Amino acid sequence: MALIPDLVVDLIAQAAQMLLVLALAPLVLGFTRKIKARLLRRIGAPLWQPYIDLWKLLHKDAVLAHNASWLYRIAPYFVFAATWVAAALVPTYAANLMFSWSADLIAIVALLATGRFALALAGMDVGTAFGGIGSSREMMIASLAEPAMLLVVFSVALIAGTTQLSSIATTFATASVGLRVSLGLAMFAFVFVAIAENARIPIDNPATHLELTMVHEAMVLEYSGRHLAMIEAATALKLMLYFSLLACLFLPFGMATTDKDWAALGIGVSSYLLKIFVMAALLPIGETAVAKMRVFRYPIFLGGAFAAGALAVFLLFVSRSF
Amino acid sequence: MTQNLGFDVAHLLAGSMLVLSFVLLYQDRITAVLNVFALQAIALSLSVAWQSVIQDAPHLLVTAAIALLVKGAVIPAALHRIVRQLGIHREIEEVIGAGPTMLTGLGLVALSILLVMPVGPGVSVLVREDLAFALAIILLGMLMMITRRNAVTQIVGFMSLENGLVLAASGAKGMPLVVEFSTAFSILIAFIVFGIFVFRIRERFDTVDVTALDRFRGEQGDRE
Repeated sequence: MALIPDLVVDLIAQAAQMLLVLALAPLVLGFTRKIKARLLRRIGAPLWQPYIDLWKLLHKDAVLAHNASWLYRIAPYFVFAATWVAAALVPTYAANLMFSWSADLIAIVALLATGRFALALAGMDVGTAFGGIGSSREMMIASLAEPAMLLVVFSVALIAGTTQLSSIATTFATASVGLRVSLGLAMFAFVFVAIAENARIPIDNPATHLELTMVHEAMVLEYSGRHLAMIEAATALKLMLYFSLLACLFLPFGMATTDKDWAALGIGVSSYLLKIFVMAALLPIGETAVAKMRVFRYPIFLGGAFAAGALAVFLLFVSRSF
Repeated sequence: MTQNLGFDVAHLLAGSMLVLSFVLLYQDRITAVLNVFALQAIALSLSVAWQSVIQDAPHLLVTAAIALLVKGAVIPAALHRIVRQLGIHREIEEVIGAGPTMLTGLGLVALSILLVMPVGPGVSVLVREDLAFALAIILLGMLMMITRRNAVTQIVGFMSLENGLVLAASGAKGMPLVVEFSTAFSILIAFIVFGIFVFRIRERFDTVDVTALDRFRGEQGDRE
C-alpha cells in the first residue's frame, strides 16, 4: 500500500461506500419483496427484478401533464440526489472515512426532510386529487415522525457525546457503554419511525394502488419514465439508508474503525452485508404479521415512538445528572 | 467494574418497570393490560432480588418472592378469572385520548425526576435513581386510575402504583420485613375488597363502566 498515496486510498474507500449503497439498494428491495412473496406462498419476482424495472423505466418516454411546471420535472432528480447523499454519508462497512466529518445525524435527517418536501410539492404541482391527498398525508406522517426521530438523535448523542455518525459508531463499537435502557428505547422508536418513513405496512402499503389507502404511491402517481425511475431508486436508497443507520447506531459490531487493512475491511463489509440482509428478512416477516392501520391511528403509532424516544432522553438525564 | 455492573442491571430493571407502566397506559385491551401488569410484577421481583444481591440483604429475597408469587401470578390469574366471569375479556376500552395521556405521563416522569434530583448528596446514585423511577411509576399508576373508565383496569392502575411503592422501599437500605409483610397483606385485602366491589357494581348496573356511577350520584341527573 506504500506505493499509493493515502489520499487516493481514502478517496477510493469513500467512493466505494457511495457506490456500494447505490448498487446494493435495489437488490435489498428485491430481497424484501422475495421474502414477502414466499411468506404469502407465492414464488415472487426474481431478486434482480428492481434492476430490470429501473432499466425499463429509464428507456421509456416520460409523459408530462400539460400544466406541469419545472418543479415537477426537477423534483425526482432532487429527491434522488438528496437521498443518495444522505445514504452515502452513513458509515456502512468502515467509520472515519474521508467525508465522515460531514456525516452528522441532524444533517441526514434534514436532507431526507428536504427531499420529502420537494416530492410533496411535486405531488401537488399538477393539481390532481390523488397527488394532493398523497402529499397531505405524507406531510402529516412526516410531522409526526420527525420529533420522534430527533429525540432518538438526542438520546444517542447524549450517550456518545456527539452527533457525528462515525464517532458514534466508533464509541459504541469500541468503548463499553454498559447496559442502557435508553438505547433499547431509542432503537424501538427508531424502528417505528423507519417503518413510517419508508411507507411500510402498518402505515402504508408499498405494493398497493388502492386509492383510499395509498400515501407515497398517491403522491408519485403522475410520474412515468425516467422520472419514475429516479423516484423508485430514491425509495430503494431510503430503505437502504434506514437499514444502514440502524446497523450503524445500534449494531456497529465488526465495523472497521481505526486501522484500515484488508482484513478489517473484509470483516467490515461481510458483517455489514450480513446485518443488512438479516434486517431485510425481518422487515417482511414483521409486515406479514400485522394489518395496515387506519389513517387516524397514525398519531397513536408514532406517538408511541415519540414517547419511547422522550423516555430514553429522560432516563439518560436521571443516570447522568447525579 | 462490579459496582458498575450492579448499577447497570438495577438501571435496566427499574427502567423497564417504568417502560411497562407506559405500556399499561397505552394498552386498550383488558387481557393485554393484565398480562403487562404481570410482566411488571415480574420485573419488580427481579429488581428487588437484584437489590438484595448488591445490598447483601437476604431478607429482600422474601420480598421478591412475595412480589413474584402474589403479584406476578396470583393476582393476574384472579383478575383474568374475574374478567372472564364478567364476560368482558374481549372488550376494547375507549382510552381517553392515548396521545394526551402519554404526554401527561411524560410530564409526570419529568416532574418526578426534577423532584428527586435535589435529594442530598448523602444518598447513593442508585437509591436516587430508584426513587425517581418509583415516584414516576406511582404517578403513572394514579394517572391510569384517573383516565380509565373500567373498574378492572382502575384496579390494575392501583396495583401498579403499589409496585412503585415496593420499588422505592427496596431501594432504601434496611427496610424491616414486618413492613413488607403488612404491605403485602393490605394489598391482598384491598384486592379482595375490589373484587367484591366490582361484582357489586356489575350486579347493580349491568356494567363495570364506572361512568354509570356518576348518574347514580346525580351528577348528570339535570341533563337527562
